[in-house]
Amino acid sequence: MSFIRKPKIDLPSERQNEIGLLKRDYEGGLSTLCAGCGHDSITAAIVQAFWELSIPPEKVIKLSGIGCSSKTPAYFMSGAHGFNSVHGRMPSVATGAQAGNRDLICIGVSGDGDSLSIGFGQFGHAVRRNLNMLYIIENNGVYGLTKGQFSAAADKGSRAKRGDINQWKNIDPVSTAISMGSSFVARSFSGDREQLVTLLKAGIMHPGCAILDVVSPCVTFNNHLGSTKSYTYTRDHYHPASQTDFVPHANEIRASYEEGESIIVELHDGSKLLLKKTDSGYDATNRSSVMRYLEQQRARGEVVTGLLYINAELPEMHKIYRTSETAMKDLEYEQLNPGSEALAKLQAGMR
Amino acid sequence: MSEIRVNDFVLKIGTVNGTGSASANSLLLKALFRMGIPVTGKNLFPSNIQGLPTWYGIRASKDGYMSRSLRVDILVAMNAQTYQKDMQNLCSGGFLVYDSTWPRERQLNRDDITVLGVPLAKMCNENFSDARIRILMKNIAYVGVLAALLSIDTKVLRTLIEETFASKPKLIESNLKAINLGYNYAMETFTCPLPIRAETMGDNSKHIMIDGNSAAGLGCVYAGATVGAWYPITPSTGMMDAFKAYCKTYRIDPETGQKNYVIVQAEDELAAAGIVLGANWVGARAFTPTSGPGISLMSEFIGFAYYTEIPSVFFNVQRVGPSTGMPTRTQQCDIMMCAYASHGDTQHPMLLPANPYECFEMAVQAFDLSDHLQTPIFVLSDLDIGMNDWMIPELSWDDSFRPNRGKVLRSEDVEKLEKFYRYLDTDGDGIAARTLPGENPKGAYFVRGSGHNKHGMYTESSSEYKDLVDRLLVKWETAKTLVPKPVIKSSAKETRLGIIAYGSSDGAVLEALDMLATKGIHFDYMRVRAFPFCDEVTEFVESHETVFVVEQNRDAQMRSLLILETNTDARKLVPVLHYNGMPIPSQCVVEGVCEHLQVEAVA
Repeated sequence: MSFIRKPKIDLPSERQNEIGLLKRDYEGGLSTLCAGCGHDSITAAIVQAFWELSIPPEKVIKLSGIGCSSKTPAYFMSGAHGFNSVHGRMPSVATGAQAGNRDLICIGVSGDGDSLSIGFGQFGHAVRRNLNMLYIIENNGVYGLTKGQFSAAADKGSRAKRGDINQWKNIDPVSTAISMGSSFVARSFSGDREQLVTLLKAGIMHPGCAILDVVSPCVTFNNHLGSTKSYTYTRDHYHPASQTDFVPHANEIRASYEEGESIIVELHDGSKLLLKKTDSGYDATNRSSVMRYLEQQRARGEVVTGLLYINAELPEMHKIYRTSETAMKDLEYEQLNPGSEALAKLQAGMR
Repeated sequence: MSEIRVNDFVLKIGTVNGTGSASANSLLLKALFRMGIPVTGKNLFPSNIQGLPTWYGIRASKDGYMSRSLRVDILVAMNAQTYQKDMQNLCSGGFLVYDSTWPRERQLNRDDITVLGVPLAKMCNENFSDARIRILMKNIAYVGVLAALLSIDTKVLRTLIEETFASKPKLIESNLKAINLGYNYAMETFTCPLPIRAETMGDNSKHIMIDGNSAAGLGCVYAGATVGAWYPITPSTGMMDAFKAYCKTYRIDPETGQKNYVIVQAEDELAAAGIVLGANWVGARAFTPTSGPGISLMSEFIGFAYYTEIPSVFFNVQRVGPSTGMPTRTQQCDIMMCAYASHGDTQHPMLLPANPYECFEMAVQAFDLSDHLQTPIFVLSDLDIGMNDWMIPELSWDDSFRPNRGKVLRSEDVEKLEKFYRYLDTDGDGIAARTLPGENPKGAYFVRGSGHNKHGMYTESSSEYKDLVDRLLVKWETAKTLVPKPVIKSSAKETRLGIIAYGSSDGAVLEALDMLATKGIHFDYMRVRAFPFCDEVTEFVESHETVFVVEQNRDAQMRSLLILETNTDARKLVPVLHYNGMPIPSQCVVEGVCEHLQVEAVA
């Protein structure tokens, strides 16, 4: 990835967040992606979300695999440690990082090639472990860096820029994640900033593996007529299933909502998610009805967005392991080493 | 055959796997150990769980030789399937013990051996009612038979049984009963003891019996490793089992039940490697135990860790390759692969333990080296070391030891800097300081496998790229000064001949040196313990006219590595190779050397 240092400009009008940081404190290097790339909108939304949540950048780790999407962690939060790993293997590095230091706030940025082809296995196992992270799939249905091959997320019948028609059924990260037992699955669109920022915030605060599939059109290779991942197609078939409000723990729920039309999900830190139903009967906490709904909409070619499934009760990795509250990297050597006396005692049984 | 031979014999037990013979064999081994006799126990087992032939060999050697011997003096044939083959392996004058409950085929006789039939199954069926107990006690009964035949101290056996089943008194009773059944039958029926026998000798109280995987797992606990990631693979699995067991003993808070360790069973070896990198990156000590096929899968991440300079420890318990190979057989066949694992210009330090004692020691060293050098470190053990029972000097620990975490700048250190640059070598040893995520925004940097410069920024500049990879060569020179030095055993008489070996080939060479000395051939012996080679290795090669390189692979991998890295004349390095999957015996060394020197080998 190319890197251009971004000038930091002080704007007197800019607002400080709760910890006294400006939005520019959450920015990174200048993007070198194509002008109009959906990924850049997602980057901007990530900056917005972390700024709004007032998270200190140094508490965050940002990881990625390989591909256009995986370049983006360089474009936000330069005060956070970053890890641009190998193709499809971001989840394993995130697992290790979380194993070594459970206090870190982990955001992984992947793409449809990175997560649904080469890294399909690791994607599945991050979900299975309910690794405490926000896992974003910037989904454009195409391999951009190698110039336009279909990815596994490309819909059957979708047309490539050079005219080929995709013959293969697509892998849908949303229904895949739900069927694998994911605790948080959402879909958004790089063009819907408001929804995206809310879902990012919900995903960051969710105590488990939050899968966020974001349709993010590739302006160079997959934004033409006949593509089902273009701006036009996505806007025409855009179908929010629920509207989510994120309410930080300190705040009270002020939005008015009618009984039976909303679901409140409380997260471990006391913050709440308010899910307003837009389609009658949609319940993001009921896995089987969600799957049925998604299948119906898929058949109609709709791009269903919103927080589609949530179960904030599923234990994350460390809870299952019963790991020490203290991060592994902060344990004193004296706590880890049994010492000479224990060694002598142990060896008495080896004779 | 009436010559009395004391504390110098090989006992082999042929059974069917899954019949519970392991505890009987361990009882035998420990009894000999407690009598003060140097012993080793080696398993030969199929890649299978139940129903196939398996053997356990015990070598008692008053001279302390630990390698596999080709002789078999006493064979306990508990598996009718393998009678014929087992009998062929028995040396002339040897003894065959078999279960005479059932008739034995006539053609299986040999004139030069003594056959001793014991109705083991019949005895156990008459004395025990439970079906499973009958099978298990049949094994314990042959221990009783051998105790009589070999004059093994029955008091020692009794104590061992009492200790083993301290919490299950019923089992003590049945085990002792089975021992007595076998013992009494043998005493009444045969002339006991045999000319080949055991006798209480030295003091083994400063020694222990352990396998290399357990020792390495224990070493990881003592090194302060907190994250272990792995994918199950023979013959390395025992290492994670051991780490887990020791962690359960030493690393669980008794009050809260919380664990001071994380073990992740990964979805595959690629993920295991990624987990190790992620954990080390954030500052925990993490490792993975695996075997050759696992290293193949991890290679992409290994190159990544080399180039991005992330500490990581890889234990490779080698097995027979190529491909799936023979998972339950031993070789030293991953030397070349590990030395240069991954695409591009990569090279990695390797530690080469020769026994479980060094597995423990080198496990600790590996983490220190890895943190110090910020690079992947390989510990290359093998199935023979990892899964067999070795007698080693007891392990010791210096409580004043503190790990060397290398150049890590903590939050307060970063604060003092004007600016932090991840890959800037400020003191010329080729190693730059790192920071840990979660501590200070000033220390934030970006890990990337793509081009990066000394400031930690992305680059496609030719000169910046070259600067970085050239610095890694400086680090390589530093590594040469830090890795364990070779062990050199100089000949009593001046010689121009040298032998080089490493790892589990050590025992065979040590025994061969004595055998060759009796033939008047003397060698200086160097056991290489690490890669990159330090100056001592080069000097040894240069100061000898002919150097035999003994190893357990087909392609003479260590010899190749020596030629590549020391610029020596390839013609002076003579390969002595053993690669059939069984541990190398001393005879192989004697024959290989003698063949080259055109001296007739003595059997």
